Amino acid sequence: MDFRFDIIIEYAPFLLKGTLLTVGLSLAGIVIGTVLGLFIGLGNMMRNRLLALPFKWYITFFRGTPLLVQILLIHFAVVPFFINGTNAIAAAIIALSLNAAAYIAEIFRAGIQSIDKGQMEAARSLGMTHVQAMRYVILPQAFKRMIPPLGNEFIVLIKDSSLASIVVAPELMYWVRNIQGQYFRVWEPYLTAAVIYLILTLTLSFILNRLERRLATE
Amino acid sequence: MIKVDNLKKSFGNHEVLKDINLSIQPQEVVVVIGPSGSGKSTFLRCINQLETITDGHVFIEGIDVADKKTDINKVRTEVGMVFQHFHLFPHMTVLENIMLAPLKVRKAGAELSKEKGMQLLKKVGLEEKANVYPNSLSGGQKQRVAIARALAMEPKIMLFDEPTSALDPEMVGEVLEVMKQLAREGMTMVVVTHEMGFAREVGDRVIFMDSGYIVEENEPKQLFENPQHDRTKAFLSKIL
Repeated sequence: MDFRFDIIIEYAPFLLKGTLLTVGLSLAGIVIGTVLGLFIGLGNMMRNRLLALPFKWYITFFRGTPLLVQILLIHFAVVPFFINGTNAIAAAIIALSLNAAAYIAEIFRAGIQSIDKGQMEAARSLGMTHVQAMRYVILPQAFKRMIPPLGNEFIVLIKDSSLASIVVAPELMYWVRNIQGQYFRVWEPYLTAAVIYLILTLTLSFILNRLERRLATE
Repeated sequence: MIKVDNLKKSFGNHEVLKDINLSIQPQEVVVVIGPSGSGKSTFLRCINQLETITDGHVFIEGIDVADKKTDINKVRTEVGMVFQHFHLFPHMTVLENIMLAPLKVRKAGAELSKEKGMQLLKKVGLEEKANVYPNSLSGGQKQRVAIARALAMEPKIMLFDEPTSALDPEMVGEVLEVMKQLAREGMTMVVVTHEMGFAREVGDRVIFMDSGYIVEENEPKQLFENPQHDRTKAFLSKIL
């Protein structure tokens, strides 16, 4: 089998552009998904069952349906409902963020609930308010425990951003499939894509590992 | 200083405290003893409202702690608590543990809080541990830090919930020593414990609780040597 590097070199500028968009989609998903996830996670934990219900439904829906369906739904139905026409990049960011938020909400809940009840009691017994106890005692500890599962979620997010190619957002997979279409070659484009995704996810795990070690208290 | 009227507490259908009445004077050291499940810890936790009261009243310096209008956080700044399992904050150094509440609740300022923190560490004999994390301390050291942390708020009352029950036997002494010193300095204390020696030596009054009631209360000498109730006798005969 001959491996035609010349195709990859020819497409390099597009692959680079595509990779940048992949990174952009993932970063947007991580940031928006985390903020939204914290909000939904706290909402889900509210004592008032009725107020918590919409948050539970949200998590059930976005965890229980395929991301591909969500992307198509948002691109072809939801976005056109609000604006005239649609935008693949915006739709991809919305779908990735909303989807990640559901998982991140659960990560936040698990992180907070994993902290021994005694920590909250000790903080409250010193006269701290619930918010102070959360802010200074519970969340810093919970955050440390949330790094590994958050890292997992971020890696999933990078990989799942490839689904945006289905609505023709010009990210990495979009250009890779173009190569296949133009040259009828499969090894070169898809192996290249695999290597680039691997580099992205490895970089992220490296950063998260460093962060985890820096927060260790021993 | 503390007044408890007809205090009742239930968890679901299970009534843990059935009718508790008690009055504690300033500078008094009250030791609460009794078999496990008798409601001692629950009673202590009702005083600073870590457990909400089902019925009755607890007054601290005349303030009804269960009243909705009471700012419970303010009451708690006057009532320190020490737990069986220490509950130090593991993500902070020993000194940071002690400084946190003065800084954030009293807004005492970094310098003053630090000075106070070091003073308290000296008092419990752990000055050299100021900058280590709780993980590296022994149980006895952890509990002494926990006592210092509670004292940093300069409370008028200290509650101790089985402070030596989770310790290895050889570490019980160092914690009791700190508590004795505190008692000598005139701190009002309510101590739930199984350390009868401490009760006898330091307690002004011993309260024997069983199945949600105060069965008997008396001066330590009287209660230990001449118990009036059968249940008190049965309990003491098992542990002394």
